[in-house]
Amino acid sequence: MNLHCRVNEKEYDLEIKPHMTLLDLLREELGLTGAKEGCGEGECGACTVIMDGKAVNACIVLAAEAEGKEILTIEGLAREGTLHPIQEAFVEIGGLQCGFCTPGMVLSTKVLLDDNPNPTEEEIKKGLEGNFCRCTGYTKIIESVKVAADKVRG
Amino acid sequence: MEEYSVIGKRVPRIDAKEKVMGEAKYAADYSLPGMLWAKVARSPYAHAKILNIDTSKAEKLPGVKAVITGKDFNGWTWGFMATTRDESPLAVDKVRYMYEGVAAVAAVDEETAEEACSLIKVDYEELPGVFDPEEAIKEGAPVIHAYRANNVSVEYHWDFGDVDKAFADSYIVREDRFETGKVVTGFLEPPASLAYYDPSGNITVWAAKQSPYFHYRHLAGCFGLPLSKIRIIQPFIGGGFGGTKNDSVAGDFCVVMLSKKTGRPVKYVYTMEEVLTTCRRRHNMIIYNKMGMTKDGILTAIESRVIGNGGGYTAIGPLTMFLTGYATTLPYKLPNYRYDAWRVFTNNPVSAAMRGHGFTHTRFACDIQMHMIAEELGIDPVEMRIRNAIDNPKPADGYSTINGIKFKTCGLMETIKAATEDPLWADRDKMVKQEGPVSYGVGITGTTYQGGARQLGHQSCGAIVRICEDGTINLITGATDCGQGSDTVLAMIAAEVLGAKYEDISFKRVDTAYTPVDPGSYGSRVTVFAGQAVERASRDAKRQLLEAAGKAWNVKPEEIDIREGFAFLKDKPEKRMSFEKLAKIASYEGAGAVILGTGYSSYGVEELDFSTGTGNGGTSFSFTTQTTRLGVDMETGKIDVTDFTIAHDAGVPLHPVSVEGQNEGGAVQGLSQAIYEGFIMENGRTHNSTFLDYKMPRSTDAPRIKVIDIITDDPDGPFGAKEASEGSHVSAPPSVVDALHDATGIWFKELPVTPEKIVKALKDAGKWMK
Ligand code: FES
Ligand code: FES
Repeated sequence: MNLHCRVNEKEYDLEIKPHMTLLDLLREELGLTGAKEGCGEGECGACTVIMDGKAVNACIVLAAEAEGKEILTIEGLAREGTLHPIQEAFVEIGGLQCGFCTPGMVLSTKVLLDDNPNPTEEEIKKGLEGNFCRCTGYTKIIESVKVAADKVRG
Repeated sequence: MEEYSVIGKRVPRIDAKEKVMGEAKYAADYSLPGMLWAKVARSPYAHAKILNIDTSKAEKLPGVKAVITGKDFNGWTWGFMATTRDESPLAVDKVRYMYEGVAAVAAVDEETAEEACSLIKVDYEELPGVFDPEEAIKEGAPVIHAYRANNVSVEYHWDFGDVDKAFADSYIVREDRFETGKVVTGFLEPPASLAYYDPSGNITVWAAKQSPYFHYRHLAGCFGLPLSKIRIIQPFIGGGFGGTKNDSVAGDFCVVMLSKKTGRPVKYVYTMEEVLTTCRRRHNMIIYNKMGMTKDGILTAIESRVIGNGGGYTAIGPLTMFLTGYATTLPYKLPNYRYDAWRVFTNNPVSAAMRGHGFTHTRFACDIQMHMIAEELGIDPVEMRIRNAIDNPKPADGYSTINGIKFKTCGLMETIKAATEDPLWADRDKMVKQEGPVSYGVGITGTTYQGGARQLGHQSCGAIVRICEDGTINLITGATDCGQGSDTVLAMIAAEVLGAKYEDISFKRVDTAYTPVDPGSYGSRVTVFAGQAVERASRDAKRQLLEAAGKAWNVKPEEIDIREGFAFLKDKPEKRMSFEKLAKIASYEGAGAVILGTGYSSYGVEELDFSTGTGNGGTSFSFTTQTTRLGVDMETGKIDVTDFTIAHDAGVPLHPVSVEGQNEGGAVQGLSQAIYEGFIMENGRTHNSTFLDYKMPRSTDAPRIKVIDIITDDPDGPFGAKEASEGSHVSAPPSVVDALHDATGIWFKELPVTPEKIVKALKDAGKWMK
């Protein structure tokens, strides 16, 4: 079947299999490997991307559902090598270790802060609830999000 | 601590930018032209004879390029010790746990490979299985391996001092049974491997390995090739925590064999379900602990009998059982000690190493039991710890335990002081004890973990520092950063020693064709070993730079130093030049000099005597006191852990961000093993084989964590460093269980302490609020 969508502000016209997942489309067809496959069943958030402004688990979204949609992956967040303020905050605070959860964490943070630029600690935790991290114990991630919120508000 | 330019600073991680941009490539992110996909066909039985495997139908499926079975590996097996190499890449005559691999397929895509697996017909003769280690050692139990007819894969009996006399003379002797959970590493990145066995006979592999050089040797052995023909190129690693990514797993061998057969690159990525049902997990252990004390609460003796649930193969089990016994004599003075251990084969997935390797089991038992006795004797638990704690020795004297563990620094006493002065503990009487159905409690624990593991095997570790002519630096080691931050720490050490800017160091990841051999990331060894190698290699390069500077300035090299990106005359610091200029001068000498510094770690290997339990398995030990505050709903049994304070002696924290992050991550993983995680198993079948059902903490479950650094400048670590994170991982479960006791008055001796167990215990104790 045919699929038309925008990924990181680029238009795509693609021929896809109807049962292909959005994650496979991004990773295997478009070579965008920033979204990771952890659990493959919607539990870990490593595959998080933003579809029309909402964070989705790309492993349980069909590629076909992206028809006419605007997708943002981690590769599309930095501008010409300049980090997005959220990325800057994760680097400064050290909100990452192995980095496997990081693309998903950063994108979930973006959706959280787009909706609520001044979240409380509880709201941050709630906003990242869908993203597992096995390495950090979350402490430095939560701190990174606080700093990111300050930066985004300017 | 002297003033350093880079060490101890909160520099950004060297790999942070690539990681936040999604540019860091992990094994599954690689692909090659013409690549095939592999899948493994797995046994539906936990214990069965393989009578016949018919692969003909699978082979005929369009898109299938090769099918292999266990026989293709010609009887090759691997394992930790020469006497326990009992595991083959795919089962040959018999399967010993459910979903063990029996055949593998390479096909044009994953779906075809999967379909082909379902077409492989295996005739099995199901055998009675045995799943409980205490059942498995009973006379007449089904035999899992012919070479160990009693199902005991490892057995130790150690005796130090006079335990019987010590118990007879003790004021109090207590016996309890403890059990630790069936838990898994829980990394987010499933094992993945892309392999190409090229027609000229060289193997190249991109694999998710925290110990790539283990895999390098395994492949050489398995395929009968010299090491020079094996090349492991290391991608970024998405979490390790021991076991699976230390070792090789079935899929790692299958991709290489399938590539050999097809002449094409082959990739295999485990599903999370395969990880949770077939990969290495921590040994679940039953510990019968007997502890004696004087009336004043001074430890007299411990006898511990430990039964480890080993699963279908031995893997690294001999070391696990060693460490489990070895750790009991720390961090409190213990004059008499007996240890009897059996690691038992069962028809479960294979048990192996995991973060806090070995220490988690007996330290949990001992710590809780110590507090139980304190309660019986009416001694304050902190006072009891202080009375028994090992003091910080004078580095020249060191300290030696009864089983010969030696170390030069011990900050345990300071950690107790810091943790108990912290408001979490100090103000515990001021906090609300009860709020509606929620009862609050605060717990404390003290523990230790070994740094710089140097037991058995090939422990060599080297570093190369190449000064580029523009003043930037390539740092080359065989060390693996699986998330802990070692690339950053090693780059900091190089910058510090060279006097270069941290930003000018670039760290080269492992490629076994070029990097010096290194056993990998385990036993908190990387900073200690690779750190020493980097320190020495940097000194070697610096010496060459100073010589060049001396020539240029017509002075002796000793009169010059380099710091923060500038070379200068020691007694006339205005006379200076940039590191970049110096690098140019040094590099353009004559026909063009090459500045290469080399160094290696010289800690060497300590002989451990597995049969008597003596020896020194590491260079140094971290010490931790941890306090926990939590609330328990006395109606539902739900626990909310709100705060951790971790006072941790990691020597000198070289990169405080990583030391804190490692402590925080280790403690949350430990919290999880205390109250959330545990496989639900029935006759070898894992019932909770997804992240939906295997409970790991989410952001909403994370407590507030405070890490207090206790600085002991250990002479055996580079810049005084010891270990960070495994200590906090070991201290978290007893600390949580201690807090639970404070809240409920009940001692829980089996992990994980789930709401169901709590409600049941509350009911039994007549404390259930309903
Ligand atoms: S990989 Fe999509 S949620 Fe885990
Ligand atoms: S940093 Fe490793 S999973 Fe989050």
